[in-house]
This record gives sequence, C-alpha cells and structure tokens, in this order.
Amino acid sequence: MPHWIHASGTNCKLVKPLIAHQINARHRQRARLADPVVWLSIFLLGVLALCALIALLGLVPHDPYELNVSNRFQPPSWEHWLGTDNLGRDTFSRIVYGSRVALYISLVGVGSAMCLGLLIGTIAGYGPRWLDNAILFVLDSARTFPTILLAMIIVTISGPSINTIVAIVIVSTLSGYVRLVRTQTLSLKNRVFIQAERSLGAGPIRIVSQHVIPNILSPLLIIACMDIPTVITLEAGLSFLGLGIRPPTASWGTTLQDGYAFIRNTPWLLVAASLPLISATLGFTFLGEALRDWLDPNLVNK
Amino acid sequence: MLANNLDIEGLSISFSNEGEELMALRQVSLSVPRHSIVGIVGESGCGKSTLISSIFRLPMENAIIKCGRIHVNGTDVLTLDEEEMNRLRGKEIAMIFQDPFTALNPVLTIGSQLIDIQYRQAISRKEKKQNVIAALQQVGIDRASDRFNQYPHQFSGGMLQRICIAMALLVKPTLLVADEPTTALDATTELQILALIREFHRSTGASVLLVSHHLSVIAELCDRVVVMYAGEIVEEGLSQDVFGAPLHPYTNLLMQCDPARIKEKARHLPSIPGTVSRVVKTSTECIFVHRCPQAVSRCSELVPETYSVEGRTVKCHLISNE
Repeated sequence: MPHWIHASGTNCKLVKPLIAHQINARHRQRARLADPVVWLSIFLLGVLALCALIALLGLVPHDPYELNVSNRFQPPSWEHWLGTDNLGRDTFSRIVYGSRVALYISLVGVGSAMCLGLLIGTIAGYGPRWLDNAILFVLDSARTFPTILLAMIIVTISGPSINTIVAIVIVSTLSGYVRLVRTQTLSLKNRVFIQAERSLGAGPIRIVSQHVIPNILSPLLIIACMDIPTVITLEAGLSFLGLGIRPPTASWGTTLQDGYAFIRNTPWLLVAASLPLISATLGFTFLGEALRDWLDPNLVNK
Repeated sequence: MLANNLDIEGLSISFSNEGEELMALRQVSLSVPRHSIVGIVGESGCGKSTLISSIFRLPMENAIIKCGRIHVNGTDVLTLDEEEMNRLRGKEIAMIFQDPFTALNPVLTIGSQLIDIQYRQAISRKEKKQNVIAALQQVGIDRASDRFNQYPHQFSGGMLQRICIAMALLVKPTLLVADEPTTALDATTELQILALIREFHRSTGASVLLVSHHLSVIAELCDRVVVMYAGEIVEEGLSQDVFGAPLHPYTNLLMQCDPARIKEKARHLPSIPGTVSRVVKTSTECIFVHRCPQAVSRCSELVPETYSVEGRTVKCHLISNE
C-alpha cells in the first residue's frame, strides 16, 4: 500500500479542500470565457465601439462630409477603402461615423425603454389591480399601431432627428418590456420567498427593489440585448425611408439608401453599409446569449 | 408583562369561491403562553395554514376575516394599518416555511439576504456580516464565512432550513411560527432541525407555534397541543395529556394512524375513512359525525359545545355524558 493512502482508504493528503468562493470564481470564469460565441461577440462589439471612438476623435482618413463630385462612384481602393458614394464622399469614413448614430440610438433608446419598462412593469405587477388594467389598456392601444405608422406620426409631430428615433424606439419597444416585467412580477409575487419577506415585515418598495428586480434583471437584460439589433435595423430602415436621420448626417441607413439607389453601378455601397449592420446585429445577439448563460446562477456549478 | 405571546379569540375566516362561501375557520380560539412551544396538528385542509397566515395578516386574496381577534403580545393585529403591521412582522413575529428550497431568493447569495434582513438595525454592514456569520455558525453551518457568498441552490434542503432558522435568529422574534418546517426533509435531518428549533426556543426565550402532520414531532417538542379538524379546534391541552389519553375520537383516530405508534405488523397502514368535509353553511351537527366511530344519535342533532376537562378543552358530546 503506498504510504499516502490512509488506513481508511481515503487519500487525505492529496485532496486539497476547495473553498466555496474558489469554486464559484472558477466556474463563473469558465461559463463566461469558454464559449467561442462570447469571444465573437466581444470582438464584434469591440470593433463597433472602436469605430464609435474613432469617429468621436475624428481620426477617419477622410472628412465624411467632404463632397468631391469628380471622384464619385469610385470602387474600393487604397485611397478609399470602401469606395466613394454618389457625391464622392468616402464610404468608409461615413460608415465609421454612422456607428456613432447606431450605438447612440440603440443604447440610449433600449436603455431608457428598459428602465421605463422596469418601473411601469413592476408597478403594474405589484400595484393594485385597477392600475394594472389601466397600464395594460394604454400599452395595448399603443401596440395596435404598426411601428412604421407610429414612427410616421412621431416624425410628423416632432420632425426627423436622432432624438425622434430614440423616442420611436422607446414607444415601440416599451410595451414588450412592461409585459415581460409585469408577468415576471406577477409570478414572483406569490413565490414563497416573497411571502417570507412579507412575513418579516418588508414593505412593497423593499420587496420590489431587493427581491423582484434582481430576479427580473437577467431575462430583461437578455431581451434588451436581443432587441438592440432590431433597433439598429429600425434606425437604418427609418433613415432609408427618409423618416430618420436626414442627409448629409452619416448613418448606416442613409448610406444604405444611397447604395440602393445606385445598386447597378456601385454594389459595394450596399455591401459596405450592410456589413456593419450584420456584425452589430450578430454581436449583440451573441452577447445576449452569453449573458443568459452567465446570469443564471443555476449554471454556475455546471 | 403579558402572560401570552399570542391570543386568538373566536376567529372565523371564510373563502369566497365562485359565489360560494367556504367557512375555512370557525370560532377558533387559542393561546400561546410566553416561553412555550405550542403545536397544531390536523389533516391537510383543516385550516392550519389559514390560521397561521392570518396571524401575519397575509391571508389568501379571497379570504375574508369574518370575526374574531388576534393579539400578538397584546397588540390587536387586525386593527393595525399596513405600516404598523409591517413593523410587527419580522420584529415580534417571524415564520419558517415548509419548503426551504423556495423560501429564499434564488438569485441572491444567502449572505446578502441575511444582511438585508437586518435592515431595521442601525449598525454597520461589517457588524451585520459578523452577526450573520455568528448566526450561521449557531445553526451548525460549517465554514460559514466561505458559504456566505453561495446561492441557495448550492445548499441541501436541511442546510437551507438551517439558514431560514438563522434568519429567524437574526430578527429575534418573540413568537416564531413554524409551518411544517420538516415536511420537506428526510428523517435524520428532521431531528436535527427540530433540535435546532428547540435550541432556538431555549436560547432566545421565544415562543414557538409549530404546525406539523407528525404527531411524534409535536409530542416530542411541544408543551401544549391543539388538534384541529375541518376548521375547528376539537381538542386542546398539555401534550402529555392529549397524547396520553385523548378524549376526542378524532385525536384518538389520528394517534391510531400514526405509523410511529403502530406496534403490530400490518399489510395496510390504518387511515381514517372519509375526507375532511368542506363546510359551506352553518352546521347543526358535529363536524366529525360522518367519520366518527363513536357517534351517537345526539351527534347528528346538535353541535357539541366546547367542554373544559382538567385544564384541557374538548369539543365532543361524549364528554358531557360522563
């Protein structure tokens, strides 16, 4: 019998006890980094953030607003990496500038819709029945309008601008968040641990902030992440229809619109504008999936 | 100093169910004396849970409190407004639930939940954490400071129930209500948890109101016992009296059905024939008459009174004959 085996047969010397927080940290790290999807999403979103930063600092090779009509419809070259558009502007610089618009709209729009949804949804779910009915009635009425129609109404009222698009994003996604939060709150409300908190004297505000919201946050963040791509395409779509960002401001939607108009002569314009759209969409979708895995405490141990 | 931690007088609660009124509790009166453990036994559906949730004034949505009074340490619970009630909950009274797996928030670490529960105390977070670790050690959780950061699903059922008891330790109630605290646990864990509850009672001096299906648990732990049937208290007294010589036929039958007390080998476990009746209108007969082996003609004609016999109460006609 080897000397390190005790009489009881258990190998005591070699088993180093794992302390709980070490186990936790190790598994969390694994859940976060093992999946290639996570790396892909980090890469894609990193590129997007870098573009926005470059645009913010103005480090693009050409002025995205500089017209050069003699140079129009240039194919991709060393001088113009993604060619030039119908007014001779550098497409690459315009795409980089457009990322700022896309990020602003998606983060501010979805972020505020999420916060509002959290507030209204918990009130509807945890508050009195009549308030719940009233909130649902208003939101359902708003939802009967098709998004585009709603967008046209809002644009007519406040004129096309970047903040109008943010408003459209909030109005069109809010009811989804409210519904998600409300249903989750309703189902949590009758769970035993909420009853336990109530039996210990916690008031509604304490219960909602300490116990309901932490339980809703992870599905909400996941949905929000998966919504961001839709919002980016919504901006592109609205700008494409002339309801969103007005030319000459650079956005992926306006570039798409130009590309679509001249699709026979300059297909690269269309490709150049859709590539960032696709990669941003994928990036946020993957991030949503990674978040789902990471935020679920039940997956920590697996 | 008040003599009782809990006084319930003539409590009647009904449920409105699709236009029908279900009388879940009828004229229930019971007391929990200071520093005592009182047990409630009875079949499922006899109103035990309704009774204890009404102490916390957290009944089901369709429950209507018809009449009666509930005094916790002399305060009439039913007349308090919501804020005063919240001050009472978790200070004077605390509760341990049946299923420890659902009684803790699954997305928060147990440490943060146990710290959170001390929000009423004006002490620093560090002191709160020390309190938590002390409480966890007191309920027998090893490596408490390591397990502090774990989530509820990383614990076993017995551990979770210990954590729930630690929670009760942290709020220091004068009355602890335990709603079948060991039903979801296995037999060995059950003993440990019961020992902990007894230890809790001894060290803090708090009273305990214990609800259980297990007669042996009640007999072992409780000073007094209350036997409930179909929303009424049928027998009440010191537990050695009630279990030693049951006076009500229902208590008698319950004891005959307790597997722990069966001496002879049998193919089938004994049971009381029939089910708990749903009472929808004021009855003119004894509620137990249809299942009672000792029923006489008077039982189906007259509602029995509650008789006092040697420090215990029994609601049965047979007593009056003696």
